[in-house]
Amino acid sequence: MSNRFRVLRAFFTESESPLDTDQIRTLTGSVPDNRPGDADMLVTHENNIRWSGRNLDNRFEKSKKRITAVYRVFSVLAAVMIIAVLLFTVTDLPSFGGVEKPTQNEVQQRYLEKGLEEGGATNLVANMILDYRAFDTLGESNVLFMAVCTVILLLRISQGDTDRRLREENDDRHFEPKNDLILQTGARVLVPVIQLFGIYVILNGHLGPGGGFSGGAIMGAGLILYLSAFGFARTERFFTFRTFKTVSFTALSFYALSKAYSFFTGANHLPSVITTGTPGAILSAGLILPLNIAVGLVVCCTMYAFYTLFRKGDM
Amino acid sequence: MNLFLLLLLLILIFNAIAVVLTKNLLATCLIFMAQSTVMVLVWILLESPDLAITEAAVGAGVSSLLMFITLKKIHVIDEEAGKGGGNHNE
Repeated sequence: MSNRFRVLRAFFTESESPLDTDQIRTLTGSVPDNRPGDADMLVTHENNIRWSGRNLDNRFEKSKKRITAVYRVFSVLAAVMIIAVLLFTVTDLPSFGGVEKPTQNEVQQRYLEKGLEEGGATNLVANMILDYRAFDTLGESNVLFMAVCTVILLLRISQGDTDRRLREENDDRHFEPKNDLILQTGARVLVPVIQLFGIYVILNGHLGPGGGFSGGAIMGAGLILYLSAFGFARTERFFTFRTFKTVSFTALSFYALSKAYSFFTGANHLPSVITTGTPGAILSAGLILPLNIAVGLVVCCTMYAFYTLFRKGDM
Repeated sequence: MNLFLLLLLLILIFNAIAVVLTKNLLATCLIFMAQSTVMVLVWILLESPDLAITEAAVGAGVSSLLMFITLKKIHVIDEEAGKGGGNHNE
């Protein structure tokens, strides 16, 4: 059994480091396989001069072929079984928007009936993710922040490593057109519109579709377009590693502190200074608007940081 | 409208198979982008515009960009572009 496994492993690593004859002998020697037809195989492998032991090579090839065949049969079987199970499960799902769905319960009813009164946002989704389940959203923002921290740990080039830094900077725009006229003109027209739309989506999050995450992603994408068109020299004037640290930290701590205040007063039935306001007005829905702005800033910085770290290893 | 949704779902299945079977990595990324774009329309038809906006920005925009830049870093894109452009000196 273990011998088979080693043959298999040798098969997969074969292109990297070809085995020598002794290794093949030790690996395949115990496989009892010597049928007629070996001679034909021998002829077809006549010109294989990489391995001197042709008979052993032949055996090795045969076991390799058999393992490949078994592997193929099992992979097809596994795929068919997974497809069957998934299709069977899908047929059991309740219909879209049906009344018999398990999610049609008192929680959903409460969100729909009391949401506007308790949260104050006309967009009930924003009400849900930033008021009833604001703790979840805090966790999500922190997950994004942690993802950036991991990327920084893995990809950021250290300050002292000037050789690598210079090489990355030279290599960076190697395959991209420098000062491309089409890209720059397109960016000049599109970037302001994209940024305005992102800000609109963030500020409008409690009134209509949108919110911090989507608006932040749009703004981040706009920044990336600006960077691709005009290069790091232009973006470093307003966005450096320091900006990223400051903005992310401020937004996340603002989120945590303001939500802690609202949880504290809400749980202890204390009077809170945060009012829900008139539903539909831009300054309404209590904490949802500031929280949307905080989430948007974190997401925008995250998207931009991902791009720059992937591309240059620094911001 | 139901027919349109059915068509979109068929495109989704077609794209999902095409992503696996395509050998060219750049083309795979483009098909992945197209998959996200079709998903945007599906989300709108399923009456969740919030998700549609996020899918358009993240799925079709930023994640594809990150994949492109990774392909560039592992020298997949320049090999293919270099045949025509001859812009690299390695």
